[in-house]
Amino acid sequence: MMPQIDKEKCNGCGLCVSVCLQHSLMLVDGVVVMVEEVECDWCTQCEAVCDSGSISCPFEIVREQ
Amino acid sequence: MALKLELLKSSPYFSGLSSIELEAISRLVFEKSYGQGVVIVLEGEVAEALYFVASGAVKVFKTSVDGKEQTLAVIRPQETFNEVPVFDGDVNPASAQAMTPVTLYGIRRSDIENILRSYPYVAINVIKVMAGRLRHLVALVEDLSFRHVIGRVARILLEYTADGASPGPRLTQRDMAAMAGTAREVVSRSLKTLEKDGFIKMDRHRIIIKDREALNNIVSPLFETKVTDG
Repeated sequence: MMPQIDKEKCNGCGLCVSVCLQHSLMLVDGVVVMVEEVECDWCTQCEAVCDSGSISCPFEIVREQ
Repeated sequence: MALKLELLKSSPYFSGLSSIELEAISRLVFEKSYGQGVVIVLEGEVAEALYFVASGAVKVFKTSVDGKEQTLAVIRPQETFNEVPVFDGDVNPASAQAMTPVTLYGIRRSDIENILRSYPYVAINVIKVMAGRLRHLVALVEDLSFRHVIGRVARILLEYTADGASPGPRLTQRDMAAMAGTAREVVSRSLKTLEKDGFIKMDRHRIIIKDREALNNIVSPLFETKVTDG
């Protein structure tokens, strides 16, 4: 599971890239993309800094097994 | 220098000023850079300067005596922070931390006073910026003090729990904030509180409901019915 990116909304500001401690994000041609081989730890800081709403870290809500 | 001028030009503080005026102001601007996670401004300390974010993002927050943190604002490029202590001469009312590596442009308190005296137009801009900040903080105060946001968040969690047979809808903290009529920062804090209390567990992209009964008990009385099992 990885954060979802809406490339249409991304303004290429790069704040999400620099906030990510896992280095799971990078800019390619001015648009943010996930680095597939790096596991995201779901801290949601990328979503918090994104002003354009292009990154989403959705949660699945489940009962304890 | 050119970057500095560009930033000043795009800042709401200095809109309406001529290039010559901006250039004069830019001579008073100093630059500072901080690594990710560094605390730039500490609550209770004497304020040195007003800061403009040139690149990166800064979190402005307060910490309670028992260590709870409340984010007040995320400051992005072209935005400012630390206005209040610079203008009233008191200590910093909140702390600020670099969320990313950041570059800041600062103007010292004494220089700000000179700028306001020399360019009264800037004072009008400052009032507009401060009014916007006040509006944001009033909304946050309302959320934190009058609305039972944690109850609303608890209700959302109960309502959107997957039934086990099929996956439930997946919600971002922004989605939950929109549903609860609050700010994302308040949802974030509510989730942390619920986890600390042992009612839920945050497990990467999953929120695991550990104690439905406890969540039901804190659902806001504003809602008529509690969410029941089944």
